[in-house]
Amino acid sequence: MDKKETLRSDLKKVAYYPGCALEGTGHAYNRSTKKIGRKLGLDLVEIKNWNCCGAMEVKNIDPEIQNYLSIRNLTIAKHQMGMDVVMAPCNGCYHNLKKAEHDVTHREETRKTMRKMTERTGDAEYKAGEVETIHALDWIKHAIGENNLKKQVKKSLKGLRIANYYGCMYTRPRHIFPEKDQGPDSESTNNPHFMDDLLEAAGADIIQNFPLKTACCGGAHTLSDSDTSTRLVLNILKTAEVCGANVIATECPTCHSGLEMHQIRAEKILGIKTKPVMLYFTQLLGLALGLSARKVGIHENVSNSFPLLRKQGLI
Amino acid sequence: MPIHEKSLIRPENLREHDKLQIDGVDVSGPWSTFIESRVVNDYNEHLEEEVAAFPGGSFIHRCWQCGACTNSCTVNAINPDFNPRYWIYLVRLGMEQELLRDKDIIWQCVSCHKCTHVCPRDVEPEGVMKALSHWLEHKGHTPKSSSQHFDEAFFEQVLETGKIEEGRLIRKFFKRTSQPLKQDWMVSMVKGLINGLPFTLLTKLGLSTLLRPKTSGWKRSKDSIQELIQMREQERKEVLQKNNTESHG
Repeated sequence: MDKKETLRSDLKKVAYYPGCALEGTGHAYNRSTKKIGRKLGLDLVEIKNWNCCGAMEVKNIDPEIQNYLSIRNLTIAKHQMGMDVVMAPCNGCYHNLKKAEHDVTHREETRKTMRKMTERTGDAEYKAGEVETIHALDWIKHAIGENNLKKQVKKSLKGLRIANYYGCMYTRPRHIFPEKDQGPDSESTNNPHFMDDLLEAAGADIIQNFPLKTACCGGAHTLSDSDTSTRLVLNILKTAEVCGANVIATECPTCHSGLEMHQIRAEKILGIKTKPVMLYFTQLLGLALGLSARKVGIHENVSNSFPLLRKQGLI
Repeated sequence: MPIHEKSLIRPENLREHDKLQIDGVDVSGPWSTFIESRVVNDYNEHLEEEVAAFPGGSFIHRCWQCGACTNSCTVNAINPDFNPRYWIYLVRLGMEQELLRDKDIIWQCVSCHKCTHVCPRDVEPEGVMKALSHWLEHKGHTPKSSSQHFDEAFFEQVLETGKIEEGRLIRKFFKRTSQPLKQDWMVSMVKGLINGLPFTLLTKLGLSTLLRPKTSGWKRSKDSIQELIQMREQERKEVLQKNNTESHG
């Protein structure tokens, strides 16, 4: 029997904010997101002339500058492109757009600073609530839904035992995600489940309640305090392994490359080898929808998942 | 029986006489143990205000010491000395010297936002940690942390072009922190990646390093950001200067 779901038709066409990481280390995420969008009949329109969201760095120089960077992108989506929804697959970008929205809604100080800055640049003033920011997970979950996804699966992901890793920026801090924690259909900040739901619909064996779903990979200090990051990542990898996972599904380019990089670093520096491979959830959905390994960019990952995927007959 | 309370006192504050007689009673060794009385005469009355003037620190005054931040902290779990609740306490009391004991680890906050997530008073402890490490650097108590180097390299590139090209950022950061780019794990990661990548993507990535992706018309935004930065620096200078003249004048 089909699960009861409320789908949104307004997500058929959304503004797309890939962000800098998806043009570099997270290229596979960019590629696979676009490919599954096309496969599922969803339209992505890239934000014109977008700029960096400031990631986790610019706020340390000044939080209002970070807000400005996000507001500029939202303003372009609304005032130059006439879009009402922006979809950001990167947790950092998603977080920052949400944070800017929150601050513009609740802080007079932010509104004042933004007004001042946009007066200087001559751009339109952004008003709170003009654009809705969603994550790639919200996008698939609410535009397609689990029932439709299940019907479109060509190759079941059965045999892939997946630990879903959401990272920090997708759920924290709770204040900037007012739509989360609103009952069973909404996303939970303490135990997020949208990725679990979607991959389960694609046939995967999900590690239920993977305890480190929202643990930190040390992404902000991945280069500036590598030893701490390696310890944090190793914790996630080992826990996934003892939970029986052979795949860690990710939905953030920083988490993903952090896990990949520190898996190698742990092996080289601490001599500790861990088995799980990392794949973006969009890559996994793409494979399930019958897309080829090349189309979803499996070769662009550092973590080598070819042997596993071949064994499971997915490629 | 060992005295449990001893573990709560820093060893340098414990006094014991090997040989001591008082009124003919031998109180040598543990019998004469006492705790050095502590006099704090270096209060910085403006410490809270100073820290609040740095980006992220503005809500420190809301804290009522519940400890949820430290309880949830990612770094505290691997290093018990990393204690945001305690540092906020010291800053609010103005106990600068006591705070400086931990000066070399404060920058290690990984910005996972667990503290800000659970804080019942919206102190945004994550921001306070960043403000604190900026304050430490500004006052000359610590050299620039590698995290600060990274933030600056990142910000400069965003300011310049509106976008980040990771290759250039990483090279810049490694140069600033004088680390060799050719590290064992880095080499094996890059090798693994290049083997799998198709030629077209490699060319594209190579080209983007050379051409530097840019947001067009960024100049106006750049000017506006620089203006804000200057304004903020001025404001901060005023807060710090005011406190300086008050305490010494």
